[in-house]
Amino acid sequence: MYNEEERKPLIEVRGLKKYYPVRGSTISKNRPVTHAVDGVDFEIYEGETLGIVGESGCGKSTIGRQIVALEKPTSGHVLYQGESLSDMATGRLRKIRTQLQMVFQDSTSSLNPRKQVYDILAAPMLYHGIIESNMLDGEINRLLDLVGLPKSMKHRYPHEFSGGQRQRIGIAKALSVKPRLIVCDEPVSALDVSVQAQILNLLKQLQDELKLTYVFIAHGLGAVRYVSSRIAIMYLGRIVEIAATQELFDDPVHPYTQALFDASPLPAPKLRGRQRIVLKGEIPSSVNPPRGCRFHTRCLHAIESCRINDPELLIVKSGSNHKAACPVLLAARGEYNA
Amino acid sequence: MAPLLQVEDLTIGFIEDNRQTIVVETVGFSVKAGEVLCIVGESGCGKSVTALSLLGLLSPNARVIDGSIVFEGKDLLKMSEKELDSIRGSEVTMVFQDVMNSLNPVLTIGNQLTEVIRIHMNYDRKRANEYAIEMIKKVGLPDAKAVMKKYPHMLSGGMQQRVMIAMALACDPKLIIADEPTTALDVTIQLQIMKLLVELQKEFHMSILLITHDIGLVAELADRVIIMYAGQFMEEAPVNWLFDHPSHPYTRALLESVPCIYDSPDKKLTSIPGTVPENYQDIEGCRFYGRCSYGIPSCKEKQVYSELKEGHFVRCHRAVKGEIPFV
Repeated sequence: MYNEEERKPLIEVRGLKKYYPVRGSTISKNRPVTHAVDGVDFEIYEGETLGIVGESGCGKSTIGRQIVALEKPTSGHVLYQGESLSDMATGRLRKIRTQLQMVFQDSTSSLNPRKQVYDILAAPMLYHGIIESNMLDGEINRLLDLVGLPKSMKHRYPHEFSGGQRQRIGIAKALSVKPRLIVCDEPVSALDVSVQAQILNLLKQLQDELKLTYVFIAHGLGAVRYVSSRIAIMYLGRIVEIAATQELFDDPVHPYTQALFDASPLPAPKLRGRQRIVLKGEIPSSVNPPRGCRFHTRCLHAIESCRINDPELLIVKSGSNHKAACPVLLAARGEYNA
Repeated sequence: MAPLLQVEDLTIGFIEDNRQTIVVETVGFSVKAGEVLCIVGESGCGKSVTALSLLGLLSPNARVIDGSIVFEGKDLLKMSEKELDSIRGSEVTMVFQDVMNSLNPVLTIGNQLTEVIRIHMNYDRKRANEYAIEMIKKVGLPDAKAVMKKYPHMLSGGMQQRVMIAMALACDPKLIIADEPTTALDVTIQLQIMKLLVELQKEFHMSILLITHDIGLVAELADRVIIMYAGQFMEEAPVNWLFDHPSHPYTRALLESVPCIYDSPDKKLTSIPGTVPENYQDIEGCRFYGRCSYGIPSCKEKQVYSELKEGHFVRCHRAVKGEIPFV
């Protein structure tokens, strides 16, 4: 679709690490930490949707928060058009924040229950001074129209809306400051299936109209595939595979990606008896992630070297941007000399 | 052969400020021995309330207004709490969605598991202990003896869910009611638990009543499916038939709104416009009218749940007349 060599990335993530102290532990030199994100590199290009998929605790939401500068990384950088967010002066960062917005999973707790929709949408625009107050009315009507809510609802409170409608307000709020990139953190997980489809279609339509770039974080593969142009698969703080959506689904390389695809239930009862990989064991703790490849404790293809060597993301096929962090399977395909 | 569980005309209401709100309206179904029946619906459709009512577990402000729940010839609604206790936890057991709150945080797994076994099976301490270890092994947890001594918080969500299943299976039940048993789990763990449930169901020849909103899970597990919407059953059929011949417009819309990883890249998801009506108990006619793309004025009249074909029921007069074209 795009020629990635020619496009300049909007966001570059370089060696990003984020550790959190484990709550309740004593203050000492060897205080245990959760390795939420442990060294990831990737780019986000203008106009694309990058899906980030993984199971709970893999660090996907943490990455989202670093991209919109809600938290400072432990080490590494998030670069917005070449400029590091963590090195920016406060004033400059405040300006940039309008470009980087977020839509949260829980629309109930991310909207102020004591404010009317009108005020919820007005606040960010007035704070960032992007609109004169006499234009406010018209702009709020426009935003509500954009996300498919009737204008007459603007003086209602969040609790008067259904979950799907509240998520629309959350999207309108993110759009109010005219962002270039929106991080959607599990935007449909709390919604009923019939409403999920509404929100997914709305996000796609807005992207076309407003030329937005999305980072779409979710654990449901079906939804991610539906909206994303490129997908990164995460496991225990690392990206294990990243590729254009179709390429990834046609040819998943990493054993974890394969298991994840196999595990997603298909809405087709006739395929029930299909061959599928069933992983053994539980996801290890991210306080003490396994040495070597983090997936080796559950991997069906693990060999001795997987316990020792920490694999890097390697190009799967020359000339493509499909990368996977599994030297064993890549060597088996003859693409790489382990 | 008479079904294991036969529910007829079940109506459940919530009482609030002296006002009664009907949340489940005259639903009827049966569970046969050895089958997996799924009740599918979106949040607030009444599926969990239906499940809880079967074992008399409704919250104090809810009550069964009408109907009968017959398990092996005995009407559970006419039983005293004491009589119910002899069935609950042994012949009919439950697996809940929220494992964290279903296990007692201050007792070890061993304590909780042996309690069930000692009460229902009259085993002495030693025998109960051995049996509990055997059950833990059966649900695929490594190092069963160590698990017995652990407290729930020391186990992951998937392990806790396995313990719940071990507890539900311990007394060799005839029916397990599972209310969203894997919703809180990650997909790879969900697959493990699903496989386990199916294997054990076959091995013990149990029936499962599965309550879920997940169409994918239904496709993987169910023998028969009931689609529920706004307190009523909308459609019921064997699983393959339902996925191939969905007749109610709601069922169709529901099936089409699920994104699948093998869909073609340019397929657009069909979404259902609008939301579930509030105060749906006051709606005389079809409760899906207003969101339905096949709605006509006569849908505002009362809809009968009628049999299209043996075992295939639908609550839609247009579907019965064959007026809903296949897409």
